[in-house]
Amino acid sequence: MTALAEFKGVSFAYRESAKGRPPFSLRELSFALAPGEVLGLIGPNAAGKTTVIRLLSRVLHPSGGVILIDGESVESLGRVAVARRIAVVPQDVPQGFPYTVEQLVLMGRFPHAPARFFESREDLRIARDAMALTGVEALAVEPLDRLSGGERQRVVLARALAQQPRLLVLDEPTAHLDLRYQAECVALLRRLNRDQGLGILLVSHDLNLAAEVSDRLLLLAGGAAVKLGTPDDVLQESLLETVYGCRVVVDKHPATRRPTVSVLWPDGR
Amino acid sequence: MTGGARLAWVCGGLLTLLVAVAFGSLLVGAAPVAPGAVLDLLTGRGPAGGTERTVVLSIRLPRIAAAMLAGGALAVAGAGFQALTRNPLAEPSILGVSGGAAFGVVLAQVSGMGQGVVEALGLTAFGFTGAAAAGAAVYLIASSAAGFPVHTLLLAGVIVGIFFSAAITVLISIVDANRLGGVIHWLLGSIGPIAPSQLLVFTLATAAGVWLVLGQARALNLLALGEEGALELGVDALRVKRRIFVGAALLTGTVVAFVGPIGFIGLIVPQIFRMLLGPDNRVLVPAALLGGGAFLLAADTLARTVVAPAELSVGVLTSFCGAPFFIWLLRSRVARVTP
Repeated sequence: MTALAEFKGVSFAYRESAKGRPPFSLRELSFALAPGEVLGLIGPNAAGKTTVIRLLSRVLHPSGGVILIDGESVESLGRVAVARRIAVVPQDVPQGFPYTVEQLVLMGRFPHAPARFFESREDLRIARDAMALTGVEALAVEPLDRLSGGERQRVVLARALAQQPRLLVLDEPTAHLDLRYQAECVALLRRLNRDQGLGILLVSHDLNLAAEVSDRLLLLAGGAAVKLGTPDDVLQESLLETVYGCRVVVDKHPATRRPTVSVLWPDGR
Repeated sequence: MTGGARLAWVCGGLLTLLVAVAFGSLLVGAAPVAPGAVLDLLTGRGPAGGTERTVVLSIRLPRIAAAMLAGGALAVAGAGFQALTRNPLAEPSILGVSGGAAFGVVLAQVSGMGQGVVEALGLTAFGFTGAAAAGAAVYLIASSAAGFPVHTLLLAGVIVGIFFSAAITVLISIVDANRLGGVIHWLLGSIGPIAPSQLLVFTLATAAGVWLVLGQARALNLLALGEEGALELGVDALRVKRRIFVGAALLTGTVVAFVGPIGFIGLIVPQIFRMLLGPDNRVLVPAALLGGGAFLLAADTLARTVVAPAELSVGVLTSFCGAPFFIWLLRSRVARVTP
């Protein structure tokens, strides 16, 4: 079966970097995401998680190796075709111009007909369905700058769903959400994954969230893959302590039996 | 209501307003003409000769056309620069782009550009080149890894503007003043008599500039998501930005070439329509074109009647409206979006 997304020996280096530090690079990264799979991408700061998102969404271009979507190279697919297959949910949207929720969600329809001046009725229907899925349909005419951080994040998720992608890339999806919406967000992702076969690449610092929703985890450090496997395989105390440089305790979630990770604070208490 | 229906309503309303202002402007002036006589002249039923015919068709009508073109062009340029820099205060005169265009146009006048259409094309080309050079300078000074910080962009624009106004002063000082007749009046921004050849070039260049901006309007909306966000949605951000830049610089250069650097239209008009209609550039840009035309025409009509038989420079009037508006915007709206 063709992988939904595949990195084959992908290398990348940023041209400039902060003074005195070697430029960050990604070294020969290889992994594959099967159709309908939830892959969690974890690792410490500067591990290369954001770079993977940017390469996959064709914002950056690899210096070596090849990135495939449905067996086709991202470079040969072109920007618009990539945007029809992959939707990225950023942590937040820039403020500035007061677009309404509906206008923002409709922007997700751009790659499906970039030459069209106005969106069609079909586009509007798809956008409204996406808004209903993330529970923001009541906010349709609200300007974005009047929303709370959590509401905005659900709007951005709706925009990504309006893209009707095959792969959803989530960058810290629960960062601005309170407990209730975190739970709803996880339930929604599971439902989309199960009912529509939507592939998900989840990038998060929240190891417990990643362990809870992911089929497999990819642990990155310093631009290279450290381990790829099931949450139980990857979330090992010794491995995490080496990679993150702090003491941790791995336990089981009392209800789901998925692994959980807690930090053992340096003062030992 | 679909986007197209909304656009049609907005354009219909503003077009009615524009026609009403234009008709009113034909009536008033140093020599008043009755509405009936104006209608007769416009429909070709008026007397073949006479002062009224000259006043309405040869003096007022071309001037009204120039005012509408200039106002529309500046408003569209302002909307374009604002979306491009994601800065609601960006505007041709504040960004120093008008100053660059004015330098180009003075340079063209000093070197002599021939007659008729050739002269009009030459002035437009020099105005566009000056506008593009100033815009590029501001871009290089103000851009950083994080985009365009609001205040850095404004400061860069002010500095580039000061530089070009100094350069213009140098040119004026070293050249025989007679060759630059009326340059001071022009530098304030004033709409005067305009030849048919100039009006033709003005119309075509404005159409080209508006086409460049309006054609990218949907992609321009997506640039509000940031460059990375736009790229992720399949927008060729570099191409969009280049087209908007060229379009806005062309509009600014053309306006400066024919009526001088009139300030603040590009700020006031898009801001008002953004408040009334929202930030969607597909509606905002056409609204700015028609509304900007009506606004500057009304201002110019006021400028030529308020101290009749003398005349004010219309740029003076727009600055009187624009400066307080700018301060209000700076205090209220920008404070909310920048840390």
